[in-house]
Amino acid sequence: MTRRFDLERAALDRLMPMHLALDAGGGVLSAGSTLARLIPELGDEGARVGDLFALRHGAAVGAVGDLLAGEGRVHLQSRARPDMAFRGLAVPMGAGALINLSFGIGVVEAVGRFALTEADFAPTDLTVELLYLYEAKTAVLEELRAMNARLQGDKVVAEEQALTDALTGLRNRRGLDLAIEALGTSDFALVHLDLDRFKQVNDGLGHAAGDHVLVQVARILAEECRAGDTAARIGGDEFVLLLPGMRQADPALRRIARIIERLSEPIPYGTDTCRIGGSAGLVLARQAPEAAISVLFAHADAALYAAKRAGRGRALLWEPWMESG
Amino acid sequence: MNGLINRAIQCFLRDGWGAATWLDAARAAGVPARGFEPMLTYPPEVTERLLQVAADRLTRDRDCLLEDLGTYLVSHPSRAAVRRLLRFGGTDFPDFLQSLEDLPARARLALPDLVLPPLRVMALGEQRFVLQIGAGFPGAGAVARGLLRAMADDYGALALLEAGPEGAGGAAEVMIRLLDPAHAEGRSFTLGARE
Repeated sequence: MTRRFDLERAALDRLMPMHLALDAGGGVLSAGSTLARLIPELGDEGARVGDLFALRHGAAVGAVGDLLAGEGRVHLQSRARPDMAFRGLAVPMGAGALINLSFGIGVVEAVGRFALTEADFAPTDLTVELLYLYEAKTAVLEELRAMNARLQGDKVVAEEQALTDALTGLRNRRGLDLAIEALGTSDFALVHLDLDRFKQVNDGLGHAAGDHVLVQVARILAEECRAGDTAARIGGDEFVLLLPGMRQADPALRRIARIIERLSEPIPYGTDTCRIGGSAGLVLARQAPEAAISVLFAHADAALYAAKRAGRGRALLWEPWMESG
Repeated sequence: MNGLINRAIQCFLRDGWGAATWLDAARAAGVPARGFEPMLTYPPEVTERLLQVAADRLTRDRDCLLEDLGTYLVSHPSRAAVRRLLRFGGTDFPDFLQSLEDLPARARLALPDLVLPPLRVMALGEQRFVLQIGAGFPGAGAVARGLLRAMADDYGALALLEAGPEGAGGAAEVMIRLLDPAHAEGRSFTLGARE
């Protein structure tokens, strides 16, 4: 048995401020106050749904039956303002229909565009809560974005201040400088070491292979270091060893020769084999007493250059004649 | 303590008394000078220490300072988002008062980490209300007084606020007497547009 209810138009409007009540011919019997504010023509004498609304993709509303098809789920858009779109549910009412419309997901934009207020929505409608959440989400995102910007800034600073070379884990230039500052002795050896044929690995097998080689070189250097020694990577394939306590050339040269020997062993990389070597220049601090560290670096450099000219794959001790070359 | 609350105190000190005052208080309280990150969590002692140091440095009563913090949260332009989110609570001040009970749930909806003390609003008679604040935040009563005073202004309502009895752990009551719900124009609030 069908039960019938008698509902005042005003009560209907409070329950559904975006309703549309239609007669059998599609004439507008009643339009909710919010909907009427958005589409004032709904209040005109003899307003008809088909004149004011189109179905999705602009299809015309022929008869009321078109709205009730598909279990009454409708998408309506304003004919005058096609960007104003609604989602709704239509149910039969007498020979006509009653449709309750909503903005759907476009509500956030619609509220701003049409200056809607809380009074435009029924208290049971969660639109205001949705808007609250949208705004809370936006505020939280802004905070997060600002926080990310701060953290990104921190990361850049931290990298600048880092003492370690990110690829190899050896000290970087800055870390080396600090190790020199912290030297407790005036007896030390400074070694400048360059890889031989590193460019061929990089060019032939790619940068990943080059990086792999650098990591292996770093491992060898770290293994050959004694407590108190410092190994640093100061450029692409340039390394520096700082060996405190070295007073004699021969034992220092023997240590470097052993490193170069190990560097010359083939380094497997996947199915390929990388073959590199090393050249080194060595200077003992006692060879140039009172000299600034920059002078010692220049000496080690000169010795490295001499080692390369002498055919690579060797370590040479700095001698004054090398400087002029 | 959620970093958002600590950061609000940080901005309150900075906007109210200048960057030097904030830095000075941060140093004295052993807080990183660059401040708090809003989405991280900090131990509650940090907040307590910062508030104590700030009150000492500014020679203000701690409750006074917290009341001003509450007002600042609603009325300062740099906190516009807080004011707007609170205004979602109701169309007028009495409506807003009733919505305060939902505030902790609303806050959690936005930020699951943000735990506020339980709130209860009771009508005591004609235009008289009491806000009961549960334990958890020592000083919450003072913050609520400042915040409600500013919200009354925002709605254009004339209200009298008084501190009620305080319980353990920051539990507090605020007595509210609504003299005129539509005393002044109030600040505009639209649902959509961000002012």
